[in-house]
Amino acid sequence: MIEHPMERRQVLTLLGALAAAGMVFPRMALANWDKAAFEARTMDEALKALGAGTPATGGDVQIIASDIAENGAVVPVQAVSKLPNTERIAILVEKNPSMLAGSFDIAADTIPDVTARIKMGQTSNVHVLVKADGKFYTASKEIKVTLGGCGG
Amino acid sequence: MGKPMKIRAASKDGVTEIKVLMNHEMETGQRKDASGATIPAWFINQVTAKLGDRTVLQAQWGPSISKNPFLAFRIKGGKAGDTVTVTWVDNTGDTRTDEATVT
Repeated sequence: MIEHPMERRQVLTLLGALAAAGMVFPRMALANWDKAAFEARTMDEALKALGAGTPATGGDVQIIASDIAENGAVVPVQAVSKLPNTERIAILVEKNPSMLAGSFDIAADTIPDVTARIKMGQTSNVHVLVKADGKFYTASKEIKVTLGGCGG
Repeated sequence: MGKPMKIRAASKDGVTEIKVLMNHEMETGQRKDASGATIPAWFINQVTAKLGDRTVLQAQWGPSISKNPFLAFRIKGGKAGDTVTVTWVDNTGDTRTDEATVT
């Protein structure tokens, strides 16, 4: 590839101007994103990266979703915690290449009840992991997928 | 800059429900185009929601969140006229902020 110093300089100047205007946050994007948890290959790895170890099961955490998802590209999942001091809710899809779909940090006045839409490559167990008072709890549900949502 | 989000926020009986529909491709980095080349990953990885100037929800997302992501949650407090602000940042550093007024 041939270098175009003028163009590169212009691009850098533009990027600098954008950064100065507070419009670009590449460092922030990298700093807070839990790379290890999102790139985990197994459930154990993902739980470890989230600091969860072996979470307890129980009725205080619920996952609300339909049993069958016709379209794996859009699967609505509602994650509910009834535990006091819920700090974080995470949704994990066991058979997805990227297991951790998302984690949600709950502020004190926010009700620990989060709905999101996830992708599912195939039929899989979907787990909700809740951190409350520094301890971890989980609930799971198998969602059957008729048409996978991660293929090309 | 990303495309605009749709935000709805409604207060009832001391609880404010916030619904957000974002406009983003959410490419996983696993798909291939017609010529067999991998389409690079491109997804929202951070979301922050504020009620007034108080942060009420912060999320970290991976590529397993669906295209045009939808997010719904509820907050104790909030009243009609309050401002809800939602910001996302994607893995390319692109970002988008939108506001809505609680009804």
